[in-house]
Amino acid sequence: MSTNCKCACGEAPKLIFACSGAADVGAVADQAARKMTMDGAGKMFCLAGIGGRVSGIMATTAAADAILAIDGCPLNCVKNSLEQAGFAEFNHLQLAELGMEKGKTAVSQDTIAAVAAKGAEMLGGGACGAG
Amino acid sequence: MKIQILGTGCPKCKKLAEAAETAAKAAGVEYTIEKVTDINEIMTFGVMMTPALVIDGEVKTVGKVPSPDEIGKMMK
Repeated sequence: MSTNCKCACGEAPKLIFACSGAADVGAVADQAARKMTMDGAGKMFCLAGIGGRVSGIMATTAAADAILAIDGCPLNCVKNSLEQAGFAEFNHLQLAELGMEKGKTAVSQDTIAAVAAKGAEMLGGGACGAG
Repeated sequence: MKIQILGTGCPKCKKLAEAAETAAKAAGVEYTIEKVTDINEIMTFGVMMTPALVIDGEVKTVGKVPSPDEIGKMMK
């Protein structure tokens, strides 16, 4: 894949979907996805667009170079949403795997950075896409 | 039928426009074709990769140039 990002043509993005749920772990998942985007590890994308079957979001997701699903808790809403939309191949990070328990996790720079680092490791390499 | 080609104007975008026109003519349908080149407008479709093909408001493909035959099937 080219590293020249001047044109959106042919640059398959690495997409990140976070549960962005109401609980503390949802907030950590959301902010970690935003941090990963700012750090260039991938691009956060709208999970609601998957739920709503928005054609542009569905088609872009289908064309992604890699996908990372970040779930805050074992309900696995991101994983289930992607699977129900027909996506089978994606990396899945659940915060419980990092010892972050729902209702007992601080939404702090440390927890956000830990999730972002693990997510970046799972996606691997740099990322480039439109916009 | 309204066909929109999303892309900033690179050769792949032009090829996609040509393929879509070929497909529309082969299908014998009335159509309009619009090239959307503004990146901000492209993003409003939820598309992060170009070229993209939109038929009657629905994004059909992203990041590739399908053949006229493939596009023809999408028009049905």
